[in-house]
Amino acid sequence: MPDNSAVGVKPASTTTNGAAAETRRQRMRMLISALGMLPVLLILCIGFNVLSEGRFFTGQNLGIVLQQAAVNTVLAAGMTFVILTGGIDLSVGSILAASAMAGLTLSKVPELGMLWLPAALLTGLGFGIVNGALIALLRLPPFIVTLGSLTAVRGLARLLGADTTVFNPSIPYAFIGNGSLTLVPGVASIPWLSVIALLVILVSWLVLRRTVLGVHIYAVGGNESAARLAGIKVWAVLIFVYGISGLFAGLGGAMQAARLYAANGLQLGQSYELDAITAVILGGTSFVGGIGSIWGTLVGALIIAVLSNGLILIGVSDIWQYVIKGLVIIGAVALDRYRLQGSART
Amino acid sequence: MNDPILEMRGVSKTFFGIKALRAVDLTVYPGEIHALMGENGAGKSTLMKILSGAYRPDPGGEIRIEGKAVRIEGPLGGRAAGISIIYQELSLAPNLSVAENIYLGREMSRSGLLARGAMREGVGPILKRLGADFLPSTLVTHLSMGQRQLVEIARALHARSKILIMDEPTTSLSAAESERLFALIRQLRAEGLAIIYISHRMDEVYALGDRVTVLRDGRLVGSLDKPEIRADTIVRLMVGRDVSSFYKKDHDPEAGRGHPVLAAIDMADGGRVKGCSLTVHAGEVVGLAGLIGAGRTELAHLIIGASPKTSGRLELEGRPVEIRTPGEALEAGIAYLTEDRKALGLFLDMSCLDNINLAVLGRDAKLGWFLDRDKARERADRAFAGLSIRAANVGVPAGGLSGGNQQKVLLSRLLAIAPKVLILDEPTRGVDVGAKSEIYSIIDNLAKAGTAILVISSDLPEIIGICDRVIVMRAGHIAGEVSRGPNSPLAQEDIMGLATGMEHLDA
Repeated sequence: MPDNSAVGVKPASTTTNGAAAETRRQRMRMLISALGMLPVLLILCIGFNVLSEGRFFTGQNLGIVLQQAAVNTVLAAGMTFVILTGGIDLSVGSILAASAMAGLTLSKVPELGMLWLPAALLTGLGFGIVNGALIALLRLPPFIVTLGSLTAVRGLARLLGADTTVFNPSIPYAFIGNGSLTLVPGVASIPWLSVIALLVILVSWLVLRRTVLGVHIYAVGGNESAARLAGIKVWAVLIFVYGISGLFAGLGGAMQAARLYAANGLQLGQSYELDAITAVILGGTSFVGGIGSIWGTLVGALIIAVLSNGLILIGVSDIWQYVIKGLVIIGAVALDRYRLQGSART
Repeated sequence: MNDPILEMRGVSKTFFGIKALRAVDLTVYPGEIHALMGENGAGKSTLMKILSGAYRPDPGGEIRIEGKAVRIEGPLGGRAAGISIIYQELSLAPNLSVAENIYLGREMSRSGLLARGAMREGVGPILKRLGADFLPSTLVTHLSMGQRQLVEIARALHARSKILIMDEPTTSLSAAESERLFALIRQLRAEGLAIIYISHRMDEVYALGDRVTVLRDGRLVGSLDKPEIRADTIVRLMVGRDVSSFYKKDHDPEAGRGHPVLAAIDMADGGRVKGCSLTVHAGEVVGLAGLIGAGRTELAHLIIGASPKTSGRLELEGRPVEIRTPGEALEAGIAYLTEDRKALGLFLDMSCLDNINLAVLGRDAKLGWFLDRDKARERADRAFAGLSIRAANVGVPAGGLSGGNQQKVLLSRLLAIAPKVLILDEPTRGVDVGAKSEIYSIIDNLAKAGTAILVISSDLPEIIGICDRVIVMRAGHIAGEVSRGPNSPLAQEDIMGLATGMEHLDA
């Protein structure tokens, strides 16, 4: 054995040091991605409160912020499902408009008026399932399919009201748009719109984190080929997420209809999809899919609402609000990049 | 021999207080093929990156090239010092021509304009010397993996490199392409180049290596000269202990006489698989050998319903079964371990726990929908203990694990369904020696418990080591079967003969 001297008999030294450091780094990374943009939200709130000399943190203003965030939160929750699978849904604004139109139109029919709410939801769900079927069964790219339905469904929304604004001052369930749930009589109440948004977030969390379907959604977004080989029905997952996105857009439409007692197929929900996508990305959900959380989306939607509200409070002009919100979107994508660098995806 | 071309003396590298390389002395002579071996994480790539200039070594060490001390700095430093590296994943731009790739970063120009013609002429002689069968103007995207490697080598020669470092160059090559590459490497050795050849594969190291240097935990633990190169010696150096039973085989090799579990009859996909039949019995480990491209993986994909078949049927424990999707295969008890665990197997961003439980989530679910988190946790803990998966905890993302541990996580997912048939496609690819031995022992235990196992592998010693009999595929057909005699082991020559179609010559 000529090589014995070279071999030596030292026990193989372990790399526990390296492993521990790696674990610590991973924990740090998980903490950063878990907290995500929450610190940013808090800083914005405090900043606006200081700049507006205390007018931000008032019960009335916070109520307005929550109410303004509600519809976008609901859309963004559906968008979270879609983006987690690595897709995109550009049609939510148009679906929202079509659902609101369908709901309002039905609400004016005597006898059937009470059914306007389920009708709005089903309209949204139907469009969503069509999107999903085209993407899952024909294997068309989500961007193209939903870009198409962005335009087509907008057209249908105008068609529904013969291109006019539909009014119904006595729409049933109007309280969900303008009423509040009283928590402590005379002291604290919360707008029904915000209650609905919060419920949507809770249900989304339950589905994503506590059900088999949720794990399958993350799996499809993380690695679609592997998901298929692992026996996951990828097509069913895709139809589900676009269906959910459509359903939540329908709910958003119902919320808007109840709030405004009116809907216009041309104007309602214009470019809402952009706010929804912004909220999801701000919330740390990765654009390539597989990573993200619904709580992040809630924080993202609140940031957008706080930004709009705060900029108005301190008197920034409408034009500059656009510029600032646009920069926030770019900043969010830059953050997404930065986060991906640290992920296990190599 | 003559004077060394490369001498490294006491070269160390520390990352954040962790020694990745400890006082390594490496001497390489011109005209030699120097094999560099070691488990994943032993320091091979750190060493390489120091030589390429990507990392700067700790102060104190010394690198000499042709007797002169050099400092290799920056990405071009290695090339300036005469060192070229050919990485596992080739670094060519597929949308550019061969000539443009070879000149990449050092393009020729005439009065500011790209001199395409001159560049094509410039690479002509080198391509000829390498025996290339493509033109300088060919786009790289049209070349095979073997041809691309040739372009990489041409680039190195064109830069007048004297030291060529190759990192697992045969990973994506067919057997024929590998043979051609070996001939070329020998030719370059004869021309006086020094070649540092990094590989996990023993057969390549036997075939090529003039010397073998083994790294372990950042230390150089031994250098062997040609006559001393033996598998057991190398493995002992790499692992740091005696691996007496590297290939563990305790299960009954006569189990093949038991009842058939999986029978695939006349399977074809209208392309790569042309009518293949095979049977696997309970408690039996059957090898599926063949050259790359023979259709082994494609056959496995047909069996599990991952790709549509044009003909063929399956019988499971004697009863006909219809399997159209991988999901149905899993339900029937047929599990398949993919050869490409990162692209087709694991969810790298998901936790080990989710990765392990993925196939049984539906079965475990409460009320049909809700995750049973306690059960999942238990299952993951059991997998970690049973297969000795090494990770901080079951919650860390699978992407952060080493190759061997990733493979064990993926294997745990399949074992969770308690499969009747387990099809393993290259189960130890990209897995270090220690984990390899553990995976062999897992396979052996499963066979002992009665699982029918089909192992697809390009590693012949592995197939011979762990299998009871070997089915050989060639060009989409079953070329034949090799069984062990009463006292004779499976013979490598018989398998290669069937795989290449040269069996009649041996007879």
